[in-house]
Amino acid sequence: MSIYEQIITIALCASATMLTRFLPFMVFNSKLKTPAYVEYLGKALPSPTFALLVIYCLKDVSILTGTHGIPELIAIAVVIGLHLWKRQMFLSIAGGTILYMVLIQFVFV
Amino acid sequence: MSFNGVKGKALKAAFPYTIPIFTGFWFLGMVYGIYMNVSGFSFLYPLFMSMVIFGGSLEFVNVSMLMAPFAPVQTFVMALMIQARHLFYGLSMLDKYKNMGIKKLYLIFALCDETFSINCTVDVPKDVNKGWFFFFVSLLNQCYWVIGSTMGGLLGNLVNFKTNGIEFVMTAMFVVIFLEQWLKEKKHYTAIIGLVSSIVCLVLFGSQNFIIPTMILILGFLTILRGPITKAGGLA
Repeated sequence: MSIYEQIITIALCASATMLTRFLPFMVFNSKLKTPAYVEYLGKALPSPTFALLVIYCLKDVSILTGTHGIPELIAIAVVIGLHLWKRQMFLSIAGGTILYMVLIQFVFV
Repeated sequence: MSFNGVKGKALKAAFPYTIPIFTGFWFLGMVYGIYMNVSGFSFLYPLFMSMVIFGGSLEFVNVSMLMAPFAPVQTFVMALMIQARHLFYGLSMLDKYKNMGIKKLYLIFALCDETFSINCTVDVPKDVNKGWFFFFVSLLNQCYWVIGSTMGGLLGNLVNFKTNGIEFVMTAMFVVIFLEQWLKEKKHYTAIIGLVSSIVCLVLFGSQNFIIPTMILILGFLTILRGPITKAGGLA
């Protein structure tokens, strides 16, 4: 990717973000009722979006070759376990990431 | 600026509310900056991205976008999807951010998840100016994030251990957020729709092209199943 393509990519991300932040204030005013469908999507979209992002992170993991996705599976299980146990976001993230780094650097080499 | 003036008072009132965000943003910001650094980007990238985007999830995903072939349409649509939840923050803040004058532009610009969670729920003390209170919560939070990520970008050079696998921090972060969503739901219809749609589309379309079909499929499912999903309740 050239520097110009990088700038465009970042600018697109910034514009998309600003669109989502400014649009409600441009379209609605507080007297106007938000359409029920829009309100519903607001509540229903976050879960599937983060599911998509999890899968997006794992999109290049090959189950059939290499380490068969085993380090990823173990590390995700530990993230979930830690989080259910302590419910401390940073502990879960840091614990899982450090374990993953150890796994791919020392165990599954 | 006098600390007893309107602004000083608002700043003093706002700061304690941002302390939990302070720790979180420094940690995640630093890791994000280090991740960018070891991916081959100068600290200017996290610095500018944190200033103009100010959205952690998207900034993490942006690293892999910058390393992939140029795909403007997919980038824009994916960014919209990741950030779509902000639409609803805005809707919830229409009233609170009314009559804020020129500050309102910055308040809207910087309305990230954490800032929303404070400004939406807080009871601003009666003797404190609301507008400036909201403004300083937003500004402090963005400062933590910009400084944290820039420092990560600078310190990445000093990291003297092998960083292979550090990109997993993004996976771990999304797993935790997804899990939080899952725990909030009474029935897991929407979470399952997201997982199934993503996996099916990944298998069908491959890792380079599955994002847009997945998003269409998710929207389709949510629209068709609106009745049962609404009835199940417990949507976060």
